Amino acid sequence: MGHLDLAQVDWARAQFALTAMYHWIFVPLTLGLSVLIAFFETIYYKTGKEEWKRLTRFWMTLFGINFAIGVATGIIMEFQFGTNWSNYSWMVGDIFGAPLAAEGLFAFFLETTFFAVMFFGWDRVSKKFHLLSTWLVAIGSNLSALWILVANAWMQHPVGMHFNPDTARFEMKNFWEILGSPVAVSHFVHVTSSGFLLAALFVVSISSWFLLKNRHAEMAKKSIAVAAVFGVISASFVGLTGDESAYTAAQVQPMKLAAMEGLYQGGYNAAMVVAGIPNPAKKPGDTQNEFKAVIKVPGLLSLLANRKIGSFVPGIDDLVFGNRKQGIISAAAKIESGKKAIASLATYKTARKRGRAGVAAQALKTFRENQHYIGYGYFAKAEDLVPDVPLVFYSFHIMVMLGTLFPVIFIGFLLFIYKQNLARQKWFLRFGCWSLFLGYLAQQSGWVVAEVGRQPWAIQDLLPVFVARSNLTTGTIQTTFFMFVLVFTVLLIAEVSIMLKQIKIGPEEL
Amino acid sequence: MGSLSLSQLQHLWWLLVAVVGALFIFMTFVQGGQTLLFAIARTEDEKTLVINSLGKKWELTFTTLVLFGGALFAAFPLFYATSFGGAYWVWILILFTFILQAVSYEYRKKPKNFLGARTYEIFLFINGSVGIILIGAAIGTFFTGSGFSLNDYNLVTWQSPLRGLEAAFNPFNLSFGLFLMFIARLLGALYLHNNIAHSAIRERTRKAAFNNLLCSLPFLLYILFSLVTMNGFAVNPENGQIFLESGKYLNNLLAMPIHGLGFLLAGLLLVIYGVIINRFKNSDKGIWPAGLGVVLVVLALLFIAGYNNTAFYPSFYDLQSSLTIANASSSHYTLTAMSYIAISIPFILAYIIYVWHLLDARKLTEDDVAAGKY
Ligand code: HDD
Ligand code: HEM
Ligand code: HEM
Repeated sequence: MGHLDLAQVDWARAQFALTAMYHWIFVPLTLGLSVLIAFFETIYYKTGKEEWKRLTRFWMTLFGINFAIGVATGIIMEFQFGTNWSNYSWMVGDIFGAPLAAEGLFAFFLETTFFAVMFFGWDRVSKKFHLLSTWLVAIGSNLSALWILVANAWMQHPVGMHFNPDTARFEMKNFWEILGSPVAVSHFVHVTSSGFLLAALFVVSISSWFLLKNRHAEMAKKSIAVAAVFGVISASFVGLTGDESAYTAAQVQPMKLAAMEGLYQGGYNAAMVVAGIPNPAKKPGDTQNEFKAVIKVPGLLSLLANRKIGSFVPGIDDLVFGNRKQGIISAAAKIESGKKAIASLATYKTARKRGRAGVAAQALKTFRENQHYIGYGYFAKAEDLVPDVPLVFYSFHIMVMLGTLFPVIFIGFLLFIYKQNLARQKWFLRFGCWSLFLGYLAQQSGWVVAEVGRQPWAIQDLLPVFVARSNLTTGTIQTTFFMFVLVFTVLLIAEVSIMLKQIKIGPEEL
Repeated sequence: MGSLSLSQLQHLWWLLVAVVGALFIFMTFVQGGQTLLFAIARTEDEKTLVINSLGKKWELTFTTLVLFGGALFAAFPLFYATSFGGAYWVWILILFTFILQAVSYEYRKKPKNFLGARTYEIFLFINGSVGIILIGAAIGTFFTGSGFSLNDYNLVTWQSPLRGLEAAFNPFNLSFGLFLMFIARLLGALYLHNNIAHSAIRERTRKAAFNNLLCSLPFLLYILFSLVTMNGFAVNPENGQIFLESGKYLNNLLAMPIHGLGFLLAGLLLVIYGVIINRFKNSDKGIWPAGLGVVLVVLALLFIAGYNNTAFYPSFYDLQSSLTIANASSSHYTLTAMSYIAISIPFILAYIIYVWHLLDARKLTEDDVAAGKY
């Protein structure tokens, strides 16, 4: 498959990570704020009070500013599969393209069309139709999350397909299996609820600032009341669905789970790490300690990973070197099998070209026996199959810690509102202001867990990242990388500056 | 639908891709309008009026482009992989112009927008000019071909170090790009004429539509002349071999008397008709015939590029690497599944039309702009 230029692959990865993480600054807010705004407008519709309309319009303005740059970063994501991962696009386009097309058709048009009504339709359509439009925007954005996560989940856990040796690509066999994959379901609910959570933090944070400055106090309190209730509910969902995500990861991506927990030596009744400092020098199979310092809860990981007390959880060493007792095949054996698959596929193709049916049939048989591990055949050594453990570990634990903190914040706000002394809690409001950044941190960490945790695979067990790439020079990708850094950063500065200004201006006066 | 053969599905999906592509080109009236901004709006208020009118529609155009990409990915993944990964720079630059566009409408007039209103206006101009010319050049390669080869595993190797930008230096492709730009401007003028109630702007858009039609004519004649005389990339349906056939696109036009030649001629006449009634009858309905005309012309062009045993993404460097709707498509299963999904298209079109009917029932005036602050 051509010569391998690792620097090129790493630049392409960096570029994907960069653009995805930029996109992910804006998307979760869109997911959640669209729903919150719909709630605000529903209250306006029910009560008919102008102040709720003002409030709705204020959050809508901020929504629009965020949305524009979300769209700007999104178009790059869509075409990047073709430009930077063209081998990937060919190998799995038969499966992967469908959810992307469905997303455009079902989600983006809904979002775009009713977005226009939401912004330009106040005096052109009826109140009822306007409210309906606002809800449809919320539904549309969350539908776009559904489809893209179906696509992403399929990469984490490829189902509903088979390998066609004649075209040398993966082809779809069952659309419903792809749509209903447990990974897709758990990711969708986790991502949307975490987006709701972020939007609740956003509203709470800005409203706290108003209260601190003693401006628009009534509007701020109203906003906080709705957002904090929404936040508590979302945060509980985030916890539940996060647990589900960890469970599915344990089932279908045990290596990812082991990295999340920094677990090298698997075992029965495995302990879960509450906090710890992984030993960065630790290599699979050596005798060094896994952690420099660690606090654990015995038995909890077994429960989390398998929903069964005392059950066995494999560690990195078990997955790399195999564990006969647990029926885990060693990575070396998988690599060997993968190499057979690749070689027999080549034999099959040449034999077919030359019309040698017997040889082709024999090669096909060997291929079918080994195709399960075809992706492993591209690796030289088993250690290459381990992701960056400390990065995944820290990201996971930051996310989980913050995940337990957020409900407490929202409950605090509700309590002070109930006691009617929120405006006097200066320190709490200040903390509320800054909590938004913790929300963004948790969001980005979540994707680092999901994406770095599945390295080196673009498609789990089938397609390594370095095979997925396009035939481009390192220089080309470097150039576009820095173009993206420049353009996105300039636009981000503009966005933040406009956003801050609009917040300072505040809602329009009556 | 479950009973369609692979070949029928491939034809169906080329049709759907062509429809989305044609609608996209029609919707580039937004881009055309962006390039007209400096010419037809003199005062700040006029500018705001024009930008507001376009600003309501840009996302629809943008989303149509996104859908076009998604549909190509799903239905013809080998094209997606070959063209985007191969003609890298041309696509990346197109995308950049769309990134710039996406923030400009929202940020131009906002206080503290970091770059200043003028910069965002220039972004819009770049998107409408460079973006459209490059898209035209890329579509031009459907007829003139590109220099690439595919290996046994369908990995593309691109010959030119310019990675796709070389397409813009071919006179046919460049003319096609310029032609599209003038058409976009013509449509933009007709659209603004229809959408805005402001006599000075309407006077200027009326002239602009006519002048851009005149500007597009030489390119149109050159393109048509080249198209009917050039060698085309034909496929032998028996064995999939690609070969050069003289007058291939002329043959295709004649082989499809209705949806080839018929669409092309009817489309061109409708465009001219739309401009004429706008210019000489002062009708504000010119956008409709002209828009329909553009859709028909693009459909005809994409049909003769892909149907009748033609390679739609040809390689002049290695003929056998050329892409056809047969060798670039998804599997039978996927195309079938996607076809069920596509049943939703009429419904989606219906709600889009309904909503815009509501929103555009009343023309945009200076009072609207003064009232709303966007
Ligand atoms: C506000 C953001 C936020 C918060 C507080 C949490 N998460 Fe999360 N998490 C995400 C935002 C997120 C995310 C960005 O939405 C991710 C990235 C990929 C995905 O599916 O969701 C994610 C991924 C993700 C994954 C990886 C899934 C996979 O790759 O298979 C796991 C296991 C968890 N989360 C678990 C949790 C747990 C147990 C939490 C504790 C309460 C938690 N998350 C809080
Ligand atoms: C690599 C994966 C991704 C691709 C290809 C992609 C593609 C896109 C595109 C093309 C747009 C602009 C759409 C328009 O025309 O309006 C967009 C916006 C959007 N995307 Fe993504 N996206 C990706 C990741 C994600 C993820 C993971 C989510 C949610 C879970 C998401 C949710 C959204 C939403 C809600 C929008 C609306 C605009 C906004 O962000 O504010 N995207 N995306
Ligand atoms: C928007 C949220 C997302 C974020 C923040 C994100 C984050 C990342 C990060 C950090 C990497 C780099 C991993 C590494 O190379 O070590 C990566 C790679 C990648 N991700 Fe995501 N991701 C997101 C969504 C998606 C989605 C929805 C898809 C697919 C539909 C996807 C597909 C990929 C691919 C193809 C790569 C490149 C190959 C690789 O390095 O694995 N990502 N992403």
